[in-house]
Amino acid sequence: MAAAIKTQNLAPVKLIRNVPKEEYYLPGHRTCAGCGPALQYKLVAKAAGPNTIFLGPTGCMYVANASYLCTPYAVPWMHTQITNGGAVASGIEAAYKVLLRKGKREGEFPNIIVMAGDGGSVDIGLQAMSAMMYRGHDALFICYDNEAYANTGIQTSPTTPYGGNTTFTPPGSAIPEGKTLFPKDPPQLVIGAHPAVKYVATASIAYPVDLINKVRKALNVVGPTFLHIHCPCPKGWGFDEAKTVEVARLAIETGMWNMYEWDNGEYRYQFKPKKYKPVREYLKLQNRFAHLSDAHIAKLQAFVDAKVKAKPVPVEAAVPKAN
Amino acid sequence: MFKIPKGKEVPLGCVTPAPVGEQPMMITGNWREFRPLLEPEKCDLCMNCIVFCPDACFQLDDAEEKVVLNEKYCKGCNICINECAPGALTAAYELDFDDGVVRLDKPF
Repeated sequence: MAAAIKTQNLAPVKLIRNVPKEEYYLPGHRTCAGCGPALQYKLVAKAAGPNTIFLGPTGCMYVANASYLCTPYAVPWMHTQITNGGAVASGIEAAYKVLLRKGKREGEFPNIIVMAGDGGSVDIGLQAMSAMMYRGHDALFICYDNEAYANTGIQTSPTTPYGGNTTFTPPGSAIPEGKTLFPKDPPQLVIGAHPAVKYVATASIAYPVDLINKVRKALNVVGPTFLHIHCPCPKGWGFDEAKTVEVARLAIETGMWNMYEWDNGEYRYQFKPKKYKPVREYLKLQNRFAHLSDAHIAKLQAFVDAKVKAKPVPVEAAVPKAN
Repeated sequence: MFKIPKGKEVPLGCVTPAPVGEQPMMITGNWREFRPLLEPEKCDLCMNCIVFCPDACFQLDDAEEKVVLNEKYCKGCNICINECAPGALTAAYELDFDDGVVRLDKPF
């Protein structure tokens, strides 16, 4: 039988002062000023530490960072196609385990992190992500959610909220609200259908200590894990770049974004406000919702009210768990 | 062992060395319109600017006693000014400075 593989154990961070000082996502990249995904990448890289392999499916965090051979990653990083982030992670994980078993590599098993956008995880890349989680590879799949295909010019994605104005859903006389569909729920998608997954959480750049702790917790779990991180996009959503963190915080205060973690069947909620602010406060900061009428906002408010009231029901595993 | 004839090896693709400390091939300091200015006497090292900078431009100095801005890469998004708890950061118009906008000899 294979010898036990040494795994890393990352300690949680208590205060914002204790956030590690070392940077693994260095200054000198081509993301827009005030980029939410870049901030998220920096915090995830800090949390993961030096023994990490990043995989970048096509998206903002590949296109804006890695063009013209200048990458800001101080740790190993590899580009994958937008469709196959999960498949490449599976291959690297399996290969690394063989190398460790045969003694060709020494030390601890690295953190394997797929840094996929909302398109690379729950739209185009869904099959590879699902397959990685189904087979139970020891990797962390992060979906940084900027709610659009931002690097190709803000096209709609399945996580774009109702009423969003994107280049594929422009508001006009026929469809006055822009996007008519309500968004997908990636964490529930992962929890509901993948018995090998033990840890799923949502995080936001507005609460960096919580984000770092969730990343470390997910990396300490042996097996596939999933994080859904809310990252406002100043260019795509149409707000002032100085307000990136403010918008992220408002999303939680209005209920548009819910912070929770799912730890092997048990839900825990974080930063749940006692009284939610009206959704209008979140919408009025952003240009992509500027066209919405009162009726549309009421529809979105009703959706959010139902979402924050409903407790997610843990799905009974349809297939027996392998281990 | 299978022997690959010379000149027929599969190329390794596109490999680039990892930068150390910073990526000097992509200097973004010249994007800036407003520069965050720090008043050291107001700063209480709350670390918000260090944690919330998307470009990792704010760092503690070696003695860990004060915050230093890396002006070479600061894009001027001013998130730090919004997030600074004691209000020690203010926005200053970039062209008011003598060293002004960072000019580059080559575009990148």
